[in-house]
Amino acid sequence: MTQRNLSSVEAVAPASAENAGAASASDTREAIIYRHRLPIRLTHWANVLCLVILLMSGLQIFNAHPALYWGNRSDAEQALLTIDSEVTDSGGLAGITTIFGQRFGTTGVLGVSRDSSGTIQRRGFPDWSTIPSPQWLAMGRRWHFYFAWTFVINGLIYLLYSLFSRHLSRDLLPSWRELRGIGRSLVDHLLFRHPRGDAARRYNVLQKVAYMLVVFVLLPLTLLTGLTMSPWINAAFPQMLTLFDGRQSARTIHFIVAFSLVAFTLIHVFMVVVTGLLNNLRSMLTGRYAIKPTSGESHDTQDGY
Amino acid sequence: MTHKTGIDRRRFVARLLSGIGAVSLAGCDRLSQSEWFPRVLASVEGLNNRLHHAITPRDALAREYTEADLSPRFPSNGTRSPNSAAYRALANGGFAEWKLEVTGLVEQPSSYSLSELRQLPSRTQITRHDCVEGWSAIAKWKGARFSELLARVRPLPNARYVVFHCADPMDFSGTRYYESIDFDDAYHPQTILAFEWNDQVLPVAYGAPIRLRLERQLGYKMAKYIMAIELVESFAHLAGGKGGYWEDQGYEWYAGI
Repeated sequence: MTQRNLSSVEAVAPASAENAGAASASDTREAIIYRHRLPIRLTHWANVLCLVILLMSGLQIFNAHPALYWGNRSDAEQALLTIDSEVTDSGGLAGITTIFGQRFGTTGVLGVSRDSSGTIQRRGFPDWSTIPSPQWLAMGRRWHFYFAWTFVINGLIYLLYSLFSRHLSRDLLPSWRELRGIGRSLVDHLLFRHPRGDAARRYNVLQKVAYMLVVFVLLPLTLLTGLTMSPWINAAFPQMLTLFDGRQSARTIHFIVAFSLVAFTLIHVFMVVVTGLLNNLRSMLTGRYAIKPTSGESHDTQDGY
Repeated sequence: MTHKTGIDRRRFVARLLSGIGAVSLAGCDRLSQSEWFPRVLASVEGLNNRLHHAITPRDALAREYTEADLSPRFPSNGTRSPNSAAYRALANGGFAEWKLEVTGLVEQPSSYSLSELRQLPSRTQITRHDCVEGWSAIAKWKGARFSELLARVRPLPNARYVVFHCADPMDFSGTRYYESIDFDDAYHPQTILAFEWNDQVLPVAYGAPIRLRLERQLGYKMAKYIMAIELVESFAHLAGGKGGYWEDQGYEWYAGI
C-alpha cells in the first residue's frame, strides 16, 4: 500500500468463493477498500443536487433574454448567440438558433417547443429543462440564488475538508511523473483499458486533471462570473468587470462554463457506467469499493469515477 | 446476457430515469406553487443584501463609461407610454403643469416643478442599465442629486424608506407602478432624479418627466414617470406590501443581484 492510496484498505478478503482458491499472490483476489470518506460522499451528492437545480433554474433565467453577447452592452446586432422563433411560410412556428451569424433550425427544442400538456410555446429552452417549468423569471431567480448559496457553502466545506484531510494533496494533485504520462493514460482511456489491481486504488492522471479542473477552475468560474452579473458587486469590485471584459461577457462565460460542466458530467457518468456502475455507485454511497485483481480473464474494467 | 435483454434493460433504465426526472420536475413546480417553499428560497435575499452592504463602502460608485460606450439603441422596457388621460395631458403640456409632491415623514413637505428640480445641484453620469431579464445598455443621464432634495425636505428620524409613486397604470384595476429604496441608496452620490437622457430632455419612453437612477441595482428599481415621493417607516401598507410593483409579483426588493 503506497502513500498515494485514496484511503486505507479496510479489508482485504476474498470476495467470492471462486477467487478464494486462486493461484498465489494477493492481487488475484478481489479486495474491498474504503475509497470515499463520509464528508466527500456527502458533499459530492449535495453538489449534484445544487448543480442540477442551478443549471435548470439558470436556463429559466436565460429564457427571459435568450441571447448572449460580449462586452458590457447587449446590442442586438452584435449577439453571439440568439434563440428565437419565427412564423414560417406555412403559418407554423419555427425555432431558430443563431450562433456567430449561422442559423440553425431547432424547432422542438430551442426557440419553439411543446410544454407537458402539448401546447406549442415560444421559449428559449424547453419547459422540461427549466425550474420552474413554466416561464417564471422571479421564481427561477429565487431557486438560483438559494442553491447558489448552498453550492458555495457545500464547496467551502469540501475544500476545507480536502485541504486538512490531505485528500487534495494525496489523491487529487497529480505528480509531474503522472502528468508526463497523460498521453498514455488518454490512449488507455480511449481503448477502454482501465487500471486494475494496485493502480485502481488511486485516481488516474486524467481523472486527477479533470477533477482539479472542475474544482479549481470551472466551479469557481461559475461563482465569479455569476457575481460579476450583479451591479452591486460591480460597484464593490470593479476589477471583476475588467477581468471578464464586461457584464455581458461574464454572462456568456457563465453560460459556457455551465455547459462545460454538463459535458464533464456526461463523460463522468459514462466512465462511471463503463468502469462498473454498481461498484462505483456503492463507493460514493457507502465508501466501499472493490478492486479487481490484475490478472484473470474478466474484461470488467474499473477505475472508480 | 442476450442482445434482446440488453436493449430491454437499457429501455427500462431510460424510462426509469425520465420518469424520475418528470416526477422531480413536477415536484419542483409544486414547491414553487406552495406557500412555504418560496419563503425558504427567499430567505437568502436578506443574506445577499447584508453581505453586499457589509463588503461595499457606502459610496462605492457604479462604473461610469464614456461617450464612445453609449448603446446605439437604448431599450424602453416596462411601460413605454403611460395609458392615463391625466399623464397624457401633462405630457402634451410639456410637463409645465407637473409637480413633484414630496410628503410623508419629512419636516418640510414640498412640491417641486420641473424647472425647480432642474435648479437643484445636478450630476451627469454615463452608466450601464442592467435589466432583470439579462440585457444591459449604456446611456448618459443628468438629474437632480437625490441627497440635495432630501437635505431640503429634511427626513424625520423615523423615516426608513423612500417610496416613489408613478403615473403608469399597470393593469385595468388601476394599480400604479411604485418602488421603494432605503436611505443608503437614497444618499448615494449616483442616485439622481434624471430629467435628461443622452443630452435630450428625458423622452416619454424612458420615464418623462423624471425617473430614478439607482446605478447599483437592477432596472425595475429605477421608477419612471414619478409623480410623488413619500418617506415612510414601513411600506407594508402599500399595495401588495412588498415595496414595489415587481416585488409584489415575486421579485426581490433588494435587486443588487
